[in-house]
Amino acid sequence: MKQGMTRLRTRLRRPRTQAVLLAAYTVLSAAGLAFAGPPIVWFLLLLASLLLLYYTDLPGAVKWVWAGVVVAVLLPVCASTGSSFESFMEVATQMGIYVAMALGLNVVVGFAGLLDLGFIAFFALGAYTYAIFFSDQANHFIPGHHFPLPADLFWLCLPAGLLVAALFGVLLGLPVLRVKGDYLAIVTLGFGEIIRIIFNNLDKPVNITNGAIGISSVEAPRFFGVSLSFPHQFYYLVLALLALVLYAVRRLEHSRIGRAWKAVREDEIAAQAMGVPLTRTKLVAFAVGASFSGLMGVVFAAKQAFIDPTSFTMLESITILVMVILGGMGSLPGVVVGACLVTLLNIQLMPELTNWLNTLTTAGVIQFPSALSPSKMQRLIFGIILILFAVFRPQGMIPSKTRRHDPAALAKLAAEWQAQTGGTFRAGVRPADGQDATARAPGHGAVTRAQGQDGAKEGATL
Amino acid sequence: MIPQLLHSLPQVLVDGVTLGAVYATVALGYTMVYGILELINFAHGEIFMSGAFIGTAILIGLNSAGWLGHLPKLLVLLLTLAVAMGLTGLLGMGIERVAYRPLRNAPRLIPLISAIGVSFVLQDVVRFIAEWRTGNYIVTGVTLYGAELNLGSLTVKTNTLIVLGAAVLMMAGLDLFVRRTRWGTAMRAVAQDKDTAALMSINVNRVIALTFFMGSALGGATGVLFAQQYGTIDPYIGFILGLKAFTAAVLGGIGNIRGAMFGGFVLGILEMFASAELGPLTGGVLGAEYKDVFAFLILIAVLLFKPEGLFGQAVKEKV
Repeated sequence: MKQGMTRLRTRLRRPRTQAVLLAAYTVLSAAGLAFAGPPIVWFLLLLASLLLLYYTDLPGAVKWVWAGVVVAVLLPVCASTGSSFESFMEVATQMGIYVAMALGLNVVVGFAGLLDLGFIAFFALGAYTYAIFFSDQANHFIPGHHFPLPADLFWLCLPAGLLVAALFGVLLGLPVLRVKGDYLAIVTLGFGEIIRIIFNNLDKPVNITNGAIGISSVEAPRFFGVSLSFPHQFYYLVLALLALVLYAVRRLEHSRIGRAWKAVREDEIAAQAMGVPLTRTKLVAFAVGASFSGLMGVVFAAKQAFIDPTSFTMLESITILVMVILGGMGSLPGVVVGACLVTLLNIQLMPELTNWLNTLTTAGVIQFPSALSPSKMQRLIFGIILILFAVFRPQGMIPSKTRRHDPAALAKLAAEWQAQTGGTFRAGVRPADGQDATARAPGHGAVTRAQGQDGAKEGATL
Repeated sequence: MIPQLLHSLPQVLVDGVTLGAVYATVALGYTMVYGILELINFAHGEIFMSGAFIGTAILIGLNSAGWLGHLPKLLVLLLTLAVAMGLTGLLGMGIERVAYRPLRNAPRLIPLISAIGVSFVLQDVVRFIAEWRTGNYIVTGVTLYGAELNLGSLTVKTNTLIVLGAAVLMMAGLDLFVRRTRWGTAMRAVAQDKDTAALMSINVNRVIALTFFMGSALGGATGVLFAQQYGTIDPYIGFILGLKAFTAAVLGGIGNIRGAMFGGFVLGILEMFASAELGPLTGGVLGAEYKDVFAFLILIAVLLFKPEGLFGQAVKEKV
């Protein structure tokens, strides 16, 4: 019996077995999504396959291709059989936008350890950048009838929104990053409010944002002559941008600047002593995080075709923070999962629960006060999540993993080093030039350390 | 323009000092907690808001029971204040016990996150109760002292005098308490150095709990006075008012009790001035809607140029 278990376990550890099992699971959930109801459950199961994929030992490239096929082909195709195809794609698009924003906030909060409570301001900046110039709003303050700009220029507005947000990130960061952590939280909170108040009131003396009324009839973007108007088209747009963001974040995490962020997060003074330029490092984190948010703001404005200041309240900032805290600060898979869960909770689960309770109330089954309706309870739910996770599990659902170390590769490097220098290799002391090689060694036998130690060590290796 | 400014100045000053008294007493809660734990108690604004709701609930309850006309006003006010102070004080202690004490040795980011969580929970619980009982989360309370005194061009509510009097009493009381009593001495000792204070047989946890009780009670009492002064309250007033009170605390030098009082009054007067005069001064370009922006700009300016505040001492960070 015990032997059987061991054999099963070794077999399960083989990538090929994992691939087969995962493929079976994916196909099953995809088929479920295509042919059986209720779709939302199957949709979730299909998404969960991506999480399972993350835990397999398949080579990195295979994982990426696999995930790409699932989200770009399998998910839309299977969802297209149902009647609610477009509403599905709408949900998925929103999820994508939030995932990208959570990844951006994760750079600021998770990697660099700076608590930014006004993150939605950058999203608003991106959104207004698009909305103002791609509707006739800009005619109010720029003479001549140049606006709305031709919708083909949408792809140019993406980097523009990114840059505007990054610029404001730097502008806010320059004065603020000199103050200590706790103040930063309060100042960013204030900044988020300032941006909202300004957008809310900038309809006079010059009408730039149209104030509280908001900007409507924003042009739909056009790609090579194709006007994007259906959710599934936006889905692919968001998917492409999300891939870009994920790629950038992954590359940044283990780059020089990424290690500097983590060093600053763990101990500013120690990092400074190691030669990390504090202000510049923090500024880059701010700008990078802000730029992802601005990018998604442009997409948001294009998708909604209408924006007003109520979409950019503090609650939204905290929502994104909850995604990061829930998933795990600094952990990319965690943040992605957190963002997906919170978005689903927000736009799918709570409204449906509310509807259900309302139906029960009207049917007279139960007496349910409307004050308690779940869609109004966002703050309570988010608050409880924040407290519980802060007290009991600050590392989040999927704690950030340090790099994987391949013991075999390490041993080989140690041997080489020994041969070169004749020195002895002690456990725990890594050869200095082995840093990059171990970083890239494909992972078996993952070594996970506590987050704090990790950062300190990475700080020390800079 | 100048005569017009001078004409409205007395009214601006009176309103500003009233608002400043509110900021100052709420700022005390921030500054006391920060002085002892080096933690920004984000939930303090919500404690203030809870105090406002508790006070309003008591008055509405008394009113609908028909007792309000029979009891002397002053007794009712004192009773309401006492109950609200006790409840919000206990609330603050509970928050410390649940959300901050387990995290005392955690990285600095973590207690901030749980503090935001607490403030969200409080907002929603109060909203739920208010909406459930009254059908609307925006509540208009019973005003005890609503009479208005007209002194020439100046209009002063009777309640303004009460707010000012109560605020001054509370602040003077706190100042005396911290400087003259044994517990106050213990508080200052813990603020200076927790470990050494513990060695001097001071019960650090109890002192921290007391600090939270007193700060929260002051916040709660201010909430009651605020509801009396401005009439209408909603569960989200604590957020922006808390931010401004925090600004006041930073302005006066965080951790410094007298500094917080001063900062509160300065901020209140500046804000009232901005909301009354910003429009005329800029020729209508900027109006009163930018008064919140104004407060934040002050915060940023203070943090930039004098991060230790007007009365704080610059502390070098020890390694």
